[in-house]
Amino acid sequence: MRFSISGSRWLFAAVIVILLPFLLPGYWTYQLSLAGANILAALGLNLLTGYAGQISLGHAGFLAIGSYIAALMTASLGGGWFWAALPLAGIITGLTGLILFIPALRLGTIYLAIATLGFGAAVSQVLIRISVVTNTYEGIHVPIPAIGSIPLERNIAMYLITAGLVFLLVWVAQNVIYSKLGRAFIAIRDKELAAEAMGISLPRYKAYAFVLSALYTGIAGALHAHIVGITQAEVFNLGTSIQLFSMIVLGGLATLPGSIVGALFLSLLPELLKLLVTSQNYYNAIYGVMYGGLLVVVIIFMPYGIWGALVRASVRFPKLRKFFVGA
Amino acid sequence: MSEFWQYGQYIVGGLAAGSVYALMALGMILIFKTTDIVNFAQADMTMFSTFVGYAVLTGLHWPFALALPAAILAGFVLGIVTERLALRPARNAPVISLLITTLGVALIINAIAGFIWGYDTKSFPYAIGGGPVILGEVRIKRQDVLTFGVALVLSLSLFAFLKFSRIGIAMRATAQNKLAAQLMGINVHRISAMCWGIGAAIGAVSGVLIAPVISLDLNVMVSVMLKGFAAAVLGGFTSLHGALVGGVVIGVIESLLIAIPVDWVSQFRETFVFALIILVLVVRPHGLLGEAMHRGT
Repeated sequence: MRFSISGSRWLFAAVIVILLPFLLPGYWTYQLSLAGANILAALGLNLLTGYAGQISLGHAGFLAIGSYIAALMTASLGGGWFWAALPLAGIITGLTGLILFIPALRLGTIYLAIATLGFGAAVSQVLIRISVVTNTYEGIHVPIPAIGSIPLERNIAMYLITAGLVFLLVWVAQNVIYSKLGRAFIAIRDKELAAEAMGISLPRYKAYAFVLSALYTGIAGALHAHIVGITQAEVFNLGTSIQLFSMIVLGGLATLPGSIVGALFLSLLPELLKLLVTSQNYYNAIYGVMYGGLLVVVIIFMPYGIWGALVRASVRFPKLRKFFVGA
Repeated sequence: MSEFWQYGQYIVGGLAAGSVYALMALGMILIFKTTDIVNFAQADMTMFSTFVGYAVLTGLHWPFALALPAAILAGFVLGIVTERLALRPARNAPVISLLITTLGVALIINAIAGFIWGYDTKSFPYAIGGGPVILGEVRIKRQDVLTFGVALVLSLSLFAFLKFSRIGIAMRATAQNKLAAQLMGINVHRISAMCWGIGAAIGAVSGVLIAPVISLDLNVMVSVMLKGFAAAVLGGFTSLHGALVGGVVIGVIESLLIAIPVDWVSQFRETFVFALIILVLVVRPHGLLGEAMHRGT
């Protein structure tokens, strides 16, 4: 077990995060919950792409699977089953990660990109077909999570659950990357042949990477369904996959804080821009140019992402270096 | 109509769509080979240039023979400007970050196009009207003949350009080894910009050719780009000839899947196309005509 950020800081962060929903208006609590679900999905993708070097442009597929499994379960059995539905959605989605593991065994980056992209498209087509057959084309209405039969207040409850899971799963991810598993991922990313020569079984560790990544993303999907209260297959499209990918690149590949920063940044940026751009006439144009321009400018000035830039900048200042680098 | 001719009909339709995918793939591969960047802005660049063609056709009422060059010019300028303003300043970033740059460019272009031309779907006029060409019992739309012809001529001239012209040879040299090309006195930045320009211009042609069939709005080109991307991958991402093969294969298979009279087959058309590509890739990891690359990872 290892922490790069000391215990007291964790505690401080935890207190702030728990207090936030009671200080902010409900809308922002809702947005922060969604951002939290995105953090989990970004963590999952970063473990796969940033650490294990396997690109995926189809992670929205895992979000969709997780969200459908959890939604179908609580919608048919009741909100009390949320606590079982959440881990179950994660586990089943994790196992579906093995579908991508087979092409990943043989394919280079670009070829894997198209294979995963196809996976994402296939999942949403299958789910749309399922919703036609089950006559839930408008989406599945997801009940509010409940303890026993007492329903909770959706907004705040989902926020706290999501925040708790973010803390837990960041901690798990941190332990994964400092373990044998994480070192194997990094070795595979850096050079497959060399990793194999060191006795790392490519099939086994690539399978672990995909399952772990899909598990994180599946849990994120299950949370998403319960935060929004409705789940639709069309929500999880190529744009979602690409946004997840943008989150980990903008935050910083192969850094856990990078996933958090990137996910928060890209989830909340549209909302902040909405506050800024008040003119309704040109809203879409201004918003698109600002959003796209920001992506372009960030990459020009921070080629290794926001967190990467912070780490690099902190090297010059001893106090900051202690915070960012830890030594 | 006999069964045989019916399938012929679908294959001909697939050939026309496939040649559009092939052009899209050619544009993306040209950019990828010299810069290592998969251009996810290709769809929006194509959309924008096609809208320029649309404006020339319906706004100025100029003939198609002028609209196509206008679209090509728009694509070329767009490609060069993108390279100069967004990608060259970020050239030290890892390639995977540059994918995000192209996405940012796509968002900007999309926003500007929406501002200029609005958000509703436009119907793009056919380049040539008239009755279908009849071959045996197969009826071929004149637009399809034009599409196939233009794609063929364009790709052949691109191959000739790359093989014989000075700039083409410089492009191939840059694709092969950037440093060595630079040492030979090739201005690698200018070559990259040219490749972006030409790649986007080829995209513009594919957009103008397919717009009458699928009509034109801000996001319609995304699926065309994805099939072009798939075609490029199927052919082996570095092979220009592979792009043609991949595009035609995808177009024809997609068209034949419509012919299967079971409704869920045509509903899952895209899934089948992608599943087939994944199968091909598992057997041949570098695509149909691609050579094995051993680059770093």
